[in-house]
Amino acid sequence: MTQPVSPPRDSSTDKVPPAQPPAWRGMLIRADVRTLSLLGVLAALILIGGITKPDEFLDTRNLQLVLTQASVIGVVTVGMTFVIVSGGIDLSVGAIVALASVWATTVATQEYGFAGILFTAVVVGVGCGLVNGVLIAYGAMVPFIATLAMLASARGLSLQITDGKTQIVTVPSVLDLGERDAYVLGIPPLVMVFAVVTVIGWLVLNRTTFGRRTVAVGGNPEAARLAGIDVRRQRLYLYLLSGLCCGIAAFLLIILAGSGQNTNGNLYELDAIAAAIIGGTLLTGGRGTITGSVLGVLIFTTITNIFALNNLQSDVQQIAKGAIIVAAVLVQRRTASTT
Amino acid sequence: MPEITSRRGLLFGAAAVSTGALLTGCTSNEPSDSKDEPAANDQPAADDKPGKQVTIGFAGPQADHGWLNAINDNAKNRAEKYSDVTLEITEGSNDTAQQIGQIETLINKKVDVLVVLPADGKALTQVGLKAMRAGIPVVNLDRIFNTPQAYRCWIGGDNYGMGLNAGHYIGEKLKGKSGARVIELAGLDNLELTKQRTQGFDDALKNYPNIKKVARQAAEFTVESGQAKMAQLLQAQSKVDALWNHDDDQGVGALRAIEQAGRDDFLMVGGAGALSAFQAIEQDDGVLKATVLYPPTMAASAIDLARALGQSKGIGGLAEFEIPSSLTLYSAVVDKTNVDQYMSTGFK
Repeated sequence: MTQPVSPPRDSSTDKVPPAQPPAWRGMLIRADVRTLSLLGVLAALILIGGITKPDEFLDTRNLQLVLTQASVIGVVTVGMTFVIVSGGIDLSVGAIVALASVWATTVATQEYGFAGILFTAVVVGVGCGLVNGVLIAYGAMVPFIATLAMLASARGLSLQITDGKTQIVTVPSVLDLGERDAYVLGIPPLVMVFAVVTVIGWLVLNRTTFGRRTVAVGGNPEAARLAGIDVRRQRLYLYLLSGLCCGIAAFLLIILAGSGQNTNGNLYELDAIAAAIIGGTLLTGGRGTITGSVLGVLIFTTITNIFALNNLQSDVQQIAKGAIIVAAVLVQRRTASTT
Repeated sequence: MPEITSRRGLLFGAAAVSTGALLTGCTSNEPSDSKDEPAANDQPAADDKPGKQVTIGFAGPQADHGWLNAINDNAKNRAEKYSDVTLEITEGSNDTAQQIGQIETLINKKVDVLVVLPADGKALTQVGLKAMRAGIPVVNLDRIFNTPQAYRCWIGGDNYGMGLNAGHYIGEKLKGKSGARVIELAGLDNLELTKQRTQGFDDALKNYPNIKKVARQAAEFTVESGQAKMAQLLQAQSKVDALWNHDDDQGVGALRAIEQAGRDDFLMVGGAGALSAFQAIEQDDGVLKATVLYPPTMAASAIDLARALGQSKGIGGLAEFEIPSSLTLYSAVVDKTNVDQYMSTGFK
């Protein structure tokens, strides 16, 4: 690893330039080796999909499908990336998505229609994030433990709320957003939300003080503190941010699945962490890009799609997923040591 | 106290007779008493009239799925119906170790009969044996113990039959259609029951050479996975004549994906018997035309059987003096013609 033990501010300014071209069209040219290698993997996958199932894979509807399926976990991953860059971890994302989705789909909430569901999902997500943040930042709890506790209790609470039942959404304005009629210029609303969250996430991490502080806290918390950063408050905000992303993701999931269920968001924590790591985020903190994470999500979703189109079974899928995580990390080791 | 002892002896005698020689060693307490009494009583069939007080211990699953929740509800409601039944219920659990502990507690409480839906049939066999050895007959619900020695009676659904009946229903609907294409949205692939359902389905389709199963994807019994896998399946298969989905809960998601893809060119058969599926079948405005049952009412029947066991009675309609050692429910096909009859059993 070339991670600096040197002052974090240097590290952030070191890291930022390659990822901040004037326009995102120019990104390809100036992107770092890591992003290029991820794009290479994605291109290879698209090639495989195109060769094995040309008619089904290279189809507008399939592109819409892949992006839609990437949206929910993608939004969660953006939040997760911030947390991991800061040197933390959030194991509770899947459980928060579940809790937010079942709370937002209770009969009482559905009475208030679209706004009621959206509001509840976001508030529950932010609320859980707040609890995580307070425990970690001010209760000095290890993120792993605090969010593990949140995982357990949020899952338990969502089971209690639903009583094991599937809460079917009956609000047309919510359901309509998942229909083809709601696509604008062929883009599903879910994908637009994903895109907006990605762009905002990228801007915040790369262009704001908040982003620089996040990287600094992850690189060397002590140095960050000495540099005048309120490390605890920064951590609180980061878990809040992750909770907010979970709330948004829960709303997207409600639109997609048309229901709230306590099993929602199952294993999202692992998928989001895996996508972030594949995208080049260091689990030890201090480095990571939103672009990488989102590419990680797209790679996973594309693999799932290709496997389903070729009618491969889920066991093969899981094995391949494991292999890809290992391969991606090994490739990164190489690129990290050469750059 | 003597009354209780003799009743337990009697119960155990009944269990020992049916489960064979192994347990006879443990029945040495009152062997003659227990063997003679059933014949002397002429084993009347159980009915709704209050009889001897029976305490039934119920160790059910964690209700994290509509069907499992319905199992718990069915057991509770049926027990409330009987003034002579007391239900000792443990908190549902998917954790093997925890459930073993819960069953041991029920054994220590000396309940008269145990009804157990094991989180894992194989893993809970030992505790089933333990209860039987302690003289408490066990009604094994759904997921089967490894050995018949661990239960007095097994009652459950027919997973193979679900697949078989779904296959036959689809086969008959597509009769005469050459080159028909069928897809399958299976449940969790690491469950034995999923393999049985698929096997039954495949076996049924062999009767219809005009039909070909072109794709199968496994979901996870959840709405979310049902939606995701179904969306992929539909993208992969542009022309489909029928779909069999193993589970109505994941079917909520599957139907959502079908709607989102704007597809209505095939017929769909579900599985299990959820209320939402029954309602969709009744309305008949979508692709879902039928569902094959895996009835949660089996939990209510398990309570009936446990009560009959506790009161040393047979069951009505059968000439036998004892309740059967196993009961497999029929996976009826519910479609528009008979959905009214089943509506009340639909689970949320």
